[in-house]
Parts: sequence; structure tokens; C-alpha cells
Amino acid sequence: MASENGTLTSGEYIRHHLTNLTYGQNPDGSWSFAENAEQATAMGFWAINVDTMFWSFFLGIVFCWLFRRVAKKAEAGVPSRGVAAIEFIVEFVDTSVRETFHGTSKLIAPLALTLFVWILLMNTMDLIPVDIIPSLGMLMGIEFQKVVPTTDVNATMGMALAVFILIIFFSIKIKGVGGFMGELTGQPFAADKLVWKIIFAPINLVLELVGLIAKPVSLGLRLFGNLYAGELIFILIAMLGLYQLPLHFGWAVFHLLIVLLQAYIFMMLTIVYLSMAHEKH
Amino acid sequence: MNINMTIIGQIIAMIVFVAFCMKYIWPPIITALDERRAKIAEGLAATDEAAKALELANVEATSITDNARGQASEIIEAGNQRGIQILSQAKDEAVAERERQVTAADAEIQQSANHARETLRQSVATLAVLGAEKLIKKEIDPKTHEQLLEKLIAEI
Repeated sequence: MASENGTLTSGEYIRHHLTNLTYGQNPDGSWSFAENAEQATAMGFWAINVDTMFWSFFLGIVFCWLFRRVAKKAEAGVPSRGVAAIEFIVEFVDTSVRETFHGTSKLIAPLALTLFVWILLMNTMDLIPVDIIPSLGMLMGIEFQKVVPTTDVNATMGMALAVFILIIFFSIKIKGVGGFMGELTGQPFAADKLVWKIIFAPINLVLELVGLIAKPVSLGLRLFGNLYAGELIFILIAMLGLYQLPLHFGWAVFHLLIVLLQAYIFMMLTIVYLSMAHEKH
Repeated sequence: MNINMTIIGQIIAMIVFVAFCMKYIWPPIITALDERRAKIAEGLAATDEAAKALELANVEATSITDNARGQASEIIEAGNQRGIQILSQAKDEAVAERERQVTAADAEIQQSANHARETLRQSVATLAVLGAEKLIKKEIDPKTHEQLLEKLIAEI
């Protein structure tokens, strides 16, 4: 977002970096790319962050390509180094799933692997210097570019929402509608007499619903918050002139930890939530 | 930072990738890993078994060698005994044979000597008779001479 005289204030610089490339329907009914953050907000729900979609899809393809190559080559013999590295990740996820989830499900392990590697790749985009890709985009005439999909709340909440849907689906599949409702209304205040049960039910329902909804919200916002803050600090450091070089390095080292840890936490919590959905009380 | 359709796009993308992973990535890799694990377990078990078999074979080999050694020394011992026995028997036989031959030779010598003596005696007697006859032809008294001759023969 170049200002009128061609220079950027630091506020504009930051805001420019934190604005998605949004394509959507303007209030007057026409479809176009948003020229600034206000216009993107005005578009409401019927808009799509093209950069988030592009990068997350691109990185998902990278994940599929990388692992599919190994899956084709995988055999019981001696693995090559590349195959062994990928198998190490698979084994790691498999162990995590086995330790936490004791039921049998063909979905949970691949889901955990996909989420872990995909989020890891998306988070890793944060380590690319903040100005490189947006500058290239500007040269090609693309005004905004946020290269880290996980700094877009839509991406993280989208994944969290998918997990939430799975939680509901498995809860109902395993326990039945009645069982699931019983779980929502029968805790944490339990009683033997019917009268008390009826009295406690609404209280329990409110408490349990809050707990249930807190799961996807915390899942999505934790990832988003960590990565957004990390990205913001990279942007702030980038405005410091020459001093930014050692600072960038230092923050990147810290951020490596966050990148890996947040991907792991997202995967682990997904497994935990889904195994809770599988458990009967 | 507004919630918009991206959230749905992200859900769709996620479904696509998870489905792909579920169908084409997870099963082959996990199968390969399990197979490899089974193979390694098999190999380790085989190694253990082979080590046990080797130990057994070693024990057996030792016992066989010990046995053979014992048998060999027994055979050598028996051979020695037999050799000594044969030697002493041969010596005994040889001694006996020598004795027998010596005795036989002695007897023969004795016999020959007796025979010679007898022959000699006969010859002397004949000679004496002949001599006597010649003397008698020239004559004197035969009776006296006979007495004399007999005396002579007895003396021989």
C-alpha cells in the first residue's frame, strides 16, 4: 500500500504487511480485489483471502507430493536416508496417536499426520524474510501478500472448525445422540433423583457447551495468536534498519521453537479431543 | 482479519489433504514400517536361535572329541598290551623250540655215538676173530686162544 508521496510510515508498513489479498463482493454488489483493509472488512463474509488459500493449498500439495513419493518407495527393506527421514515423522505421529488414542480409527492417525506436517510447513513460511515475497508480489502488481497462512485467523479457525465437526461426529457416532446429550447434561453436577437431574440439566448444559465450544476456539486462536505475534515481531524488527540482522537471527531461532511446538500442540490437542470424543463415561 | 469464506476454503482444503493422506500416504508407509519391524524381529529371533544351535553344536563337538580321544587312548593301550603279549609269547615259544631242538640234537648225537661204538665194537670183534683165525692157522691150541680172545673182546 504505497502512500501518496511514495514513502511509508511505520504504521502503514505494518498494516500493509498484515493485510490479506482479499477478493470479494463489494457492498455495491461488484466483485473485486480489496484495495485496503477497510474495503476488505466491508466485503463481509463473501470474500476470500486469495493469498491464504494459495499458500495453504500450495503447502498442502508440497506435503502430499513429499509423502506420496516416500509412500510409493516404502518397502520392508533397508530405507534410503530421505525415506527414513519421512518415515521418522510418520512413526513419530503414529507413536503420539497410539499413546493417546486407544480406540481403532482409520482417520485419526492420517489426520494427525496431515495437520502436523501441513501446519509445520505453513508455520515455516514465517522464517522467510518478511519482505521478500510481498516485494516480488508488488513487482508483479499484487498489492497485498501474507505468506504465512497460519497468521490468518480464517485458516486456523477453519482447521479448528473441521476438528470440531469431527468431535461432534465421533461423539454422536460412538455414544449415540442420547449418550452425547446425556454427557452434556449429566455433568459435572450429577444426581440420583430425577428431580435433581432435571434441575441440574440446564446448568450442566451451559457449562458443558462452554467447554465444548472452547475446544475449537482455543485450538484455532492459540495457533493464530502465536504465529501472528511472531510475524508481527518479525515486521517490527524489519523496520530497525541495519540492526535488524542479528535481531532477526535471534528471533528466528526462538521462532523455530514456536513453529515446531505450535504444530505439535495442534496435532496433539486434535488427538486428545478426538480420543475424548471416543470415550464413554 | 475478518472471518470470511476463506474459513470454508480452508476446511475444504483440509478435507482434501486428509483424504489424500488417508488413502495414499498413511497405509503404504505404515504397512512398510510394520513389515520391516516384523522382519527385524524375525531376524533377531533367528540370530538367537542360531547362537543357541551353535552352543549346542559346540557342546556336542566337545563331547564327541572327548569320546574319540578316550577311545583312541584305549585302543593304543590295548595295542601295546597285545604287542607285549605277542612278544613274550614269541619269546617263550622260541625258548621252548630251542630247548626241544637242543634235546633232539643231543639225543641224535648220543644215538650216533652209541651206534658208532657198537659198529666199532663189532668191527674190532671181527678184526680180532680174523686175526685169531690167522693165528690159529699157524696154529697152537684153539682152546687157549679162544680164552684169550674172549678176554680181549671183553676188554674192548
